[in-house]
Amino acid sequence: MKLELRGITKRFGSLTANDHISLTVEPGEIHCILGENGAGKSTLMNVLYGLLPADEGEILLDDEVQHFEGPGEAMKAGIGMVHQHFMLIPVFTVAENVMLGHESTGFAGFLNLNEARKRVREISAQFGFDVDPDALIEDLPVGVQQRVEIIKALSRDAKVLVFDEPTAVLTPQETDELMTIMRQLRDAGTAIVFITHKLREVREVADRITVMRLGKVVGEASPTASNAELASLMVGRSVELTVQKQAARPGDPALQVRGLTVIDHIGQLVVNDVSFEVRAGEILAIAGVQGNGQTELTEALLGLQQHVEGEIELDGNPLSGLSVRNVLDAGVGFIPEDRNEDGLVAEFSIAENLMLDRSDSAPFVKGGTLQLGFRSTFAAEKVSEFDVRTQSIDTAVGTLSGGNQQKVVLARELSRDLRLLVAAQPTRGLDVGSIEFVHKRIVQARDSGIPVIVVSTELDEVDALADRIAVMYRGGIVGIVPGGTDRETLGIMMAGEQPDDPNGPAPDPHDDEGRSGTRGEAA
Amino acid sequence: MTTTTDHTIPDAAPIVLEKTVVKSWKTPITLSIVALLSIVLFIVFRRGGDTTFTFAGGRIAPSLPQLVVPTTLTCVILTTLLAAMAALSWWLLARFAKVPLWYSSVFAFIFVVAFLTWAAGDNSRPLPITSLLLGAVSLSVPYIFGALGGVISERSGVVNIAIEGQLLAGAFLAAVVASMTGSVWLGLVAAVVAGVLVSFILAAFAIKYYVDQVIVGVVINVLVLGLTNFFYSQVLAKDASFLNDPPLLPSLPIPGLSAIPVIGPVLFDQSIIVYLMYIAVAAVYIGLFHTRWGLRLRSVGEHPQAADTVGINVTGTRFWNVSLAGAIVGLGGAYFTLGSVGSFSEDMTGGQGYIALAAVIFGRWDPIRATLAALLFGFASNLQYTLAAVGSPVPSEFLLMLPYVVTILAVAGFVGYVRGPAASGKPYIKS
Repeated sequence: MKLELRGITKRFGSLTANDHISLTVEPGEIHCILGENGAGKSTLMNVLYGLLPADEGEILLDDEVQHFEGPGEAMKAGIGMVHQHFMLIPVFTVAENVMLGHESTGFAGFLNLNEARKRVREISAQFGFDVDPDALIEDLPVGVQQRVEIIKALSRDAKVLVFDEPTAVLTPQETDELMTIMRQLRDAGTAIVFITHKLREVREVADRITVMRLGKVVGEASPTASNAELASLMVGRSVELTVQKQAARPGDPALQVRGLTVIDHIGQLVVNDVSFEVRAGEILAIAGVQGNGQTELTEALLGLQQHVEGEIELDGNPLSGLSVRNVLDAGVGFIPEDRNEDGLVAEFSIAENLMLDRSDSAPFVKGGTLQLGFRSTFAAEKVSEFDVRTQSIDTAVGTLSGGNQQKVVLARELSRDLRLLVAAQPTRGLDVGSIEFVHKRIVQARDSGIPVIVVSTELDEVDALADRIAVMYRGGIVGIVPGGTDRETLGIMMAGEQPDDPNGPAPDPHDDEGRSGTRGEAA
Repeated sequence: MTTTTDHTIPDAAPIVLEKTVVKSWKTPITLSIVALLSIVLFIVFRRGGDTTFTFAGGRIAPSLPQLVVPTTLTCVILTTLLAAMAALSWWLLARFAKVPLWYSSVFAFIFVVAFLTWAAGDNSRPLPITSLLLGAVSLSVPYIFGALGGVISERSGVVNIAIEGQLLAGAFLAAVVASMTGSVWLGLVAAVVAGVLVSFILAAFAIKYYVDQVIVGVVINVLVLGLTNFFYSQVLAKDASFLNDPPLLPSLPIPGLSAIPVIGPVLFDQSIIVYLMYIAVAAVYIGLFHTRWGLRLRSVGEHPQAADTVGINVTGTRFWNVSLAGAIVGLGGAYFTLGSVGSFSEDMTGGQGYIALAAVIFGRWDPIRATLAALLFGFASNLQYTLAAVGSPVPSEFLLMLPYVVTILAVAGFVGYVRGPAASGKPYIKS
C-alpha cells in the first residue's frame, strides 16, 4: 500500500511541530525519517496514526484521502506502529496483548485465547521469532517485547508499518536483527517508515531518506551520503561528531567498589557482586542495555538504595552506609538519568534549582535564611558559564528545553568541589549541540583530575568518552575493556557473553588483578 | 518469506535475575505474640466449667446435637497447639525462607476456636454457631457488593472511595421507592439507579475533568451523607409510613441445599439479594479474566495509552465500568433497608464502604480474594454481637473495636507488598 502525506501541519499553541510536511512512502521500500529530538518526527507519526488530529493537510492511502478519528481507524486502514515506548501491557501475556482491541471471542464475549496463540505462532514462524504466546510481557527482554509489537501490528494485517525510534532500547546485535526483519518485511511488500536520529542505522537500511529539522522537511538524502553530510543536514550546521580529548592521565585509584550487591524489594539481585575501581582523571563508562542494573548501581553509590552489601570507598574513606547528604558532602556529584524526575524541580526557578543540594549551609543559607543576593549572583554566573539559554534566572526550569535543563543540572553538580562525578545517561534526549557541550564538560572534569563514571546505553557516547568500559549484564559486570574497543565486542558483552577472542579480555569479574592485567595488555 | 536469520538470538527466555530472599520475620513474630497472648488469656486467666456449642437448624435443615467441652482443658490443648505452631514457624522461615499462607490461616482458625471456647466458658449461655455464621454472612453482604464495585472500578483505573456514598444512596432510594410502590423489586431497581447516579458524579469529575479521584470520592461521600440526612429528617420522618416503611425481601430457600445442617440455613435460605451476590462474585471473576469485557477493562486500568493505540475508547470504557461498579454497590446498599433492617435511618452504612475498600486491597484487586476478605471482616463484626449475647467476660467497648482491629491488622500486617492496577487513580490525558 502506498502512503502519502500532503501538507500536514500540526500546531501546539504558538509552536508549529509540523509545518506543511509532505512525503510519499511506496510499498516495498524503507523510508527513513531522520531528525533530532524535537524535530517533529514523533508528532508527525502520531498524526498519521490518528492519535493527534492534524490542523491542516491530508493523509492518502493508495491515493484515497483518509480521515482517522483514532488509532482504531488507522489500524483498520492498514497502518501499524511499533512505538518508541512499547504499547504493551506488562501484566498481560503475549497472546492477550496481541489480541487486545480485536479479540476473537466465543459465546458471551468469552476470549478465544487459542486463536490468538495460533496467530502469534504463525507470525513468529514466518519471521523466525521465538516468542512464547503465554509468556508475561514484563518477564521478556525488551528485544522480544519489540517483536511482540511487530507481531501485534502484523496480526492486524498492517501494510504500512511505522517504527518510531526502535533501536533505542536494543543491543547492537538486536539492532542488526531488527534491520534484517525490516528488510524481510520490505521484501514482502510492506511500506516501512523508520524514524531515527542514528546515522549509522539510516545508512545501513534506508532506501530513501527524508530529513526533518524544527518541524520542517529540509531535504532528501541518499543512503550513500556520508555521516557528516547527514549530520549537517539534520542539525543545520556542521557538527563535530567526535569529542576532542587528550589521552587520559590516570592517577591513583580514587573510587574503589568491592563486592557491591543491591537487592530490590522482591529479593532480586539487581546489582550482583560488582567490583571495580576508577582512577583520578579517567572516565569509566558503564555500558549495557538499559535495565541491567546500571540505575541501581549509580543509586547505590549515592546512597539511594535500601539493601546494599559490599564496600564503596572514595579516597580511602568509606561511602557505604552514609546518608545521601554525607555522600554529597564527601564530594560526589551526581547527574541522574531522569532529570525531570530526580534532577530538577520543574516548578522551581533556575536559581533555586542551582542551590538545591546545598540548601543547608553557607554560603546559600545563613542562620536559616536564604541568601538571595548570593544566590542571584551565583545563578547569573553559572547561567553564563554553562550557556543556559534563558530569559532570566527566575524562569521555571520546567519551561526550558531538555538541553538547557541538563545544563542546569551539570552547572549545579560541577560547581561543587568534586571528588567523584557520576553521570547517568547524561545526554539522553538532547539535541546534538547540547550533547557536544555536555561531553566537553565531562571531559574537562576528567582533565581536572576528577574520577568520572558515565553510564550510557548509547555506544556512540561510550565510544566518545570512555577511557575504560565496564559492560553490565543482568546486574553483573561482564568485563572491563579499554576505551575504543570495537562495537562488535561490546555488543557480544552486552548480551552477557565473553568475546571469543582468546587473547581478548576475559577477566574473572571477581579478580581485580586479572582486570588490570587486561587493561595493560590491550592498551 | 522463509529466509530466517541464521543467528536467532536465544533471548525469548525471561530475564531471570539471581534471587536472594530478604527474610521477613513478620509472620513468626506476629504468631509468637498471638501465642503469648493466648497463654496469658486462655491459661493465666483461664475459665473453668464447660463450654457449649450449639448447631441450630433452620426452617428446613435439622439441628445437630450440641457439643459440650471442658473449657480449661480445651483451652490448654489449643493454646499448646498455638505455641507449638508459633515455634515451628521460626524453623519454617529459617529452613524454607517462607511461612506459607495456609499455615497462618490454620493458626488463625485455631486461635478463633480457642477464643470462642474461652469466651463462652464457665457454664455461660451456649454459643450458637449457626447464628454466628449466619450473622457473619449477613453483615458481609454490603462489604462484598462494595468490594466487587471497588474491584471493577479500580481495575478500570478509577479509585472508588465513593463506595460508602453509593451504599448509602442505594439504601436510601431503595427504601423510599419500595415503600412508596410497595414493591421490593422496584426498590432493588431504585438502589441500582442510585448507585449509578453517584458513580456518574465520580466518573464525570475523575475521568472528564481529571479531578483527583480520592478527593472527589471523599466529597461524594460527604455529599450523599448530607443529602440523605436532610431528606430523612425533612421528608421521610414526616410521613414514615408512606415513605420509609418498605417491605422486606422474602427468604427463598433453595430446595435440597437448604436442608444441609448449619450450611443450609447460613448460605441457602436467604433472600434474592444474597443469591444475586453469589452470582455477581462468580460473574465478575469470570468476566474479568476470561472475557473481552474484562480484558479491555483491565487494559485501560493498567496502560491506558496502550489500550488507546489499539483502538479502545479509554474514556468510555472507564466511564461505563465505573457506572457498572456503582450499580453493583447500589444493590448492596439495598440490603440495608430491604434485606435486614426494614427502614432507612441516618448514616446507616456507618463507614462500611471504607471497610469494603480495605477488602479490595486485602483481596489484591481480585474478586474472589476480596470476597473472602469481606467475609472475614463480616465475621469479626458479628463476633461482637454474638459474644455480647452469650455474656462473655470481654468488655463490650473492646468488642466494638474488633472489626476495625481485624481490618487494620489484615491490611497492614498481612498484605505487605502488593501491586494494584498500574494506572489506578491516574486520569488519562491524551497528549
